[in-house]
Amino acid sequence: MKLILGIESSCDETGVALYHTERGLLAHALYTQIALHSEYGGVVPELASRDHIRRCLPLIRAVTKEANCTLQEVNAIAYTQGPGLSGALLVGASIACALAYALNIPAIGIHHLEGHLLSPLLSSPKPEFPFVALLVSGGHTQLMRVDGVGKYTLLGESLDDAAGEAFDKSAKLLGLNYPGGPELAKLAIRGQPGRFKLPRPMLHSGDLDFSFSGLKTAVLTLVRQHTLDDQRLDEQTRADIARATQEAIVDVLVHKSLAALKQTDLLQLVVAGGVGANRQLRAQLNQVADQRGFRVFYPDLEFCTDNGAMIAFAGALRLQQQEGKKDYLFNVKPRWDLQEMNATMQSTSFL
Amino acid sequence: MHILALETSTEYCSVALWQDGATIEHCKLVGQKHSELLMEMLDNLLREANVTLSQLDGIAFGAGPGSFTGVRIACGVAQGLALGVNLPVAGVCTLQALAQASGYGKVITALDARMAEVYHAAYEKRQGEWVVASEPGLCLPQDAQQVDGTDWFGAGSGFAVHGAALGDRYAGQMTGSDAQAVPRAGAIAQLAAIMFAAGRGVDAAQAMPLYLRDRVALKTSER
Repeated sequence: MKLILGIESSCDETGVALYHTERGLLAHALYTQIALHSEYGGVVPELASRDHIRRCLPLIRAVTKEANCTLQEVNAIAYTQGPGLSGALLVGASIACALAYALNIPAIGIHHLEGHLLSPLLSSPKPEFPFVALLVSGGHTQLMRVDGVGKYTLLGESLDDAAGEAFDKSAKLLGLNYPGGPELAKLAIRGQPGRFKLPRPMLHSGDLDFSFSGLKTAVLTLVRQHTLDDQRLDEQTRADIARATQEAIVDVLVHKSLAALKQTDLLQLVVAGGVGANRQLRAQLNQVADQRGFRVFYPDLEFCTDNGAMIAFAGALRLQQQEGKKDYLFNVKPRWDLQEMNATMQSTSFL
Repeated sequence: MHILALETSTEYCSVALWQDGATIEHCKLVGQKHSELLMEMLDNLLREANVTLSQLDGIAFGAGPGSFTGVRIACGVAQGLALGVNLPVAGVCTLQALAQASGYGKVITALDARMAEVYHAAYEKRQGEWVVASEPGLCLPQDAQQVDGTDWFGAGSGFAVHGAALGDRYAGQMTGSDAQAVPRAGAIAQLAAIMFAAGRGVDAAQAMPLYLRDRVALKTSER
């Protein structure tokens, strides 16, 4: 029976949560910096770090209050050690490690993507190992085979832009505000199907890798072709381009996910990361899942984007292997291959 | 009174313990490895002095100006420690720490801020207390705020990088300078002791870095 405090600060959201190994998620709180960065058209790393250090302690106090517990009852502190923005990671890491030291409890560095890919296990019904995980966010596009906690095999990944990045960059070309992905998806609803057809890069590459950087060039070409004399795009044309963009990205993600299931001979697909909240992606995956007889699992919508709950939860799993280890050096890992986790992890029992 | 102080705003990492006027300090040249060494240095210091966190009366940190990431490391650790053992925090200006450690009573402090600028302030000791003669600010060395009178001593890396410009700016007013001086935890602890005694410690969540440089990116509308 353990209580774990989780802290996430790898990019532009500060997330804090308390997870109990028997009672489940007790409380979680999130502060998103979207408004802060929108004036800059993208995440400014230094401003992200400056905001994390303002938000972290108030959020820790908020979750302990919500869970009606004290910090003295916490058994371990999990924090995102990487990958992510180094300055942003350091804020969560320094607070987590110093707090753990003060409370004389272990501090556990968590791989951000491990947090994401295990997050559907916080929901019900939940998948069982082994499964294929599609990690899609603004920073990552990966297909993983997951045989257990800490047993990850990379099946394929984006060779350039992440899927979320392709959404955001295309949205910017369409004049939508940052972060444009969800805005583009909204606009796409009004788009006419079939008016434009954008390339599906690497659809038939025969492997499970992705490439999305060419898509924004194709979007840019369309935008230029249809820009009117007054430098504006006709509303319907914008919606049509948005629709074509979303279709291209979603088609590739669905196609490659199916190929990954086929290659691994598995029947469960877990979708995690911010793009996992995209309705079109969910609708298409659910449809093919029905047709092909596999199951798709998503984290609850609030846990698709970055959050502290997934870090607290991954920390709970990791604590099983690290009992008693108190190591407070907090070197962060802005770049960190998830498969490196395998060496340090064994299977865990309480799931 | 017992105060623990941390300083990570330069390539040095230092920790200090102030116990009723006596200061023990550990300082290392660490480059950018503060995050790997700070907790261990702090733990060793407390063990050596046989003091536990719960026996402290406050946590102090070098709030800046200095390396943005560096000051956030000290700030984050100060926040975490103070939250865990319920202590007040004092963020101490690194420029004043330079004045405190200089051994002089009239000190112009300048730290290299890159981009041709310096973090600058001036302090004068009157009746044993520091008075701010020039508020901490960010400026070109040739525009550094003027000070009155003579017998000023210069301290900090600003005098290494912009020695000539600062020398011109304060021509005839300075007796010398120490361009190698860096802000260290010992001086931070001594200044924090005065702050805590005056009730100027703050809640852990209020402990914030002092950046001085606030324009770090251009807004879309400014490009």
